[in-house]
Amino acid sequence: MSQAKPYRVSHLDALEAESIFVMREVMAEFERPVLLFSGGKDSIVMLRLAEKAFSPARIPFPVMHVDTGHNFPEVLDYRDARVAQLGLNLVIASVQEAIDSGTVRELPDGTRNRIQTPVLLAAVEKYRFDALFGGARRDEEKARAKERMFSFRDEFGQWDPKNQRPELWSLYNGRHHPGESIRVFPLSNWTELDVWHYIAKERIELPSIYYAHDRDVVERNGMFYAVNEFIVPRDGETVETRRVRYRTVGDASQTAAVLSDADTVEKVIDEVAATRITERGATRGDDKVSEAAMEDRKREGYF
Amino acid sequence: MSQSVLEPEAAAARNMDILRFATAGSVDDGKSTLIGRLLYDTKTIFADQLEAVEAASASRGDEYTNLALLTDGLRAEREQGITIDVAYRYFATPRRKFIIADTPGHIQYTRNMVTGASTADLALILVDARKGLVEQSRRHAFLTSLLRVPHLVLCINKMDLVGWDKEVYDRIADEFTSFAAKLDITDLTIIPISALEGDNIASRSEKSPWYEGPSLLHHLEHVHIASDRNLVDVRFPVQYVIRPQSTTVTDYRGYAGQVASGVLKPGDDVLVLPSGMTSKIAAIDTADGPVDEAFPPMSVTVRLTDEIDISRGDMICRPHNAPAVAQDIEAMVCWMDETAPLRVGGKYTIKHTTRTARTVVRGLQYKLDVNTLHRDEDAPELKLNEIGRVRLRTTVPLLADEYRRNRTTGGFILIDEATNRTVGAGMIIEAA
Repeated sequence: MSQAKPYRVSHLDALEAESIFVMREVMAEFERPVLLFSGGKDSIVMLRLAEKAFSPARIPFPVMHVDTGHNFPEVLDYRDARVAQLGLNLVIASVQEAIDSGTVRELPDGTRNRIQTPVLLAAVEKYRFDALFGGARRDEEKARAKERMFSFRDEFGQWDPKNQRPELWSLYNGRHHPGESIRVFPLSNWTELDVWHYIAKERIELPSIYYAHDRDVVERNGMFYAVNEFIVPRDGETVETRRVRYRTVGDASQTAAVLSDADTVEKVIDEVAATRITERGATRGDDKVSEAAMEDRKREGYF
Repeated sequence: MSQSVLEPEAAAARNMDILRFATAGSVDDGKSTLIGRLLYDTKTIFADQLEAVEAASASRGDEYTNLALLTDGLRAEREQGITIDVAYRYFATPRRKFIIADTPGHIQYTRNMVTGASTADLALILVDARKGLVEQSRRHAFLTSLLRVPHLVLCINKMDLVGWDKEVYDRIADEFTSFAAKLDITDLTIIPISALEGDNIASRSEKSPWYEGPSLLHHLEHVHIASDRNLVDVRFPVQYVIRPQSTTVTDYRGYAGQVASGVLKPGDDVLVLPSGMTSKIAAIDTADGPVDEAFPPMSVTVRLTDEIDISRGDMICRPHNAPAVAQDIEAMVCWMDETAPLRVGGKYTIKHTTRTARTVVRGLQYKLDVNTLHRDEDAPELKLNEIGRVRLRTTVPLLADEYRRNRTTGGFILIDEATNRTVGAGMIIEAA
């Protein structure tokens, strides 16, 4: 062997190789995988990894959007364009339909993050999905830091953090009984900055709201919310036009923008590298409920 | 804060490599504080996280910001003040991205330490300078060597509480070095630190002029890991066969997988196991185009010049350097199930590389006391967190190497066929 060759692998290449390995394991060992695709940046990166994992073949599983009905139009447009481009089958699990048919009840505050869970679980049951790829990362939130790459869910879709399967080497145990399923998180070891570096490296197109643009917003609890059909200014709130971008994309009634001039991927990377607040802390009203808010939602079967 | 704080993670650092390390320590050795310190000094902790921790510390009546609260993510952990499960943490410097497998130090959690160590390039063991080595320090060192983690760092913590006494450091270092000599530990670094005050973490401290080694972070950034990979023995476990059903791509048949070891190149003669057929590598594909070589940890798709029947679980290797094709396996097994012990005659599912088979336990040679290294040859079973030498017979051959030679083709897990739980982790000693 030549001593001159360092056989170097950058951290992004190593992360990509690991994620691709995980996706191929799932395809080889499960009957009915599905990839959760919201049009958010993490699920966009995950979809790109799926594209690369099975190339030159098409992505061999459908994608599913758990649709709160509280969407940013730019994100829905992106979702539909990307699905068409890749020739994928898109399953939409609609929270609005579930509310209309009475299977779930709208919460008093009108937010729909939490009621996504029963809608997701109903879709899993209906389509008999046995593996669900999710874009969650362990750096996002401390309950997620304890999550496995292959996360077992019982027949009620529940996560039991005290009863997780040990995960050794790259030997993932996806065995389950009928009705049970596995959540698979190929981006477990990626950080927010890794995701952005990868978006730059791969030249991945994102919904425009991830980059700085002028938008009418109101300031609420120190966060900037876009004025739209879901966010109506309250008494005493003034609508201002500010230059903002979104760091995360969730329920449009709950997701705030951050003030930003970053209108290119390079500028976003600089901004993310310099920022001092976590992406969920900066933009998600729904994560501020309590110290264990995420753990509780995950136990119920949330992503 | 006495320490200089590093600049934020360099935005342009796209060519860092990754170092995975596992941390272990007893309950009060200050492990969580050390991790909190590393995250703090590399500016990985965000303002909202720090605020939350400050508020939680104040409400608990802690005298200082309890950085341990950063890492204890589950409600039960915060309530009980203990760490329950392996937690993964991330930070980066301009040189490297770091993945920490933070494993709890309780006696009953050998399982977690083994799990964290299985993927680690480096293990970091903490001891309290006032207490010196305890049973658990020796156990962690043993597990590090059993799992063949290539690099070991012993941090002698709470040096501030012994007045930065060089003699304390020397005594613990000598004792640990002589213990480590009995184990298979190839690279050992011993660093005196104070995690609470940040000494010798991000930079060398003035309080230990007698210490000439690197700060912890400097060592983590510079320890040479590229040579830890096995680049000699070509092992390519076939994961998935890619056969596009498409009108534009026809006659494509590629074997997808992640290179376990060795370097593959187009034109190489290969042997496919277990069939024993030979062929040549026609091309090595990735979604970004063909490559002229593939090595660990690359995920690629290999095409061969001949049409031979290959499926998931097969192994591509070289004609004169092949793993054993074996149904009789001798291995060290760490038992991980609390509901039932491993016993002779027990049947399990075994997962090894991309191959899954059934196996029966033919013999339990001995149970190993991980504190004294004493071998109990009369042990009837292995209970949770116990380790022993086991003989297995598999229904189909495994394509296996010794674990000491190859961590990927030498490791396996055992799965309970009724509950589907992962119940054991094995390291192959001999396969025939």
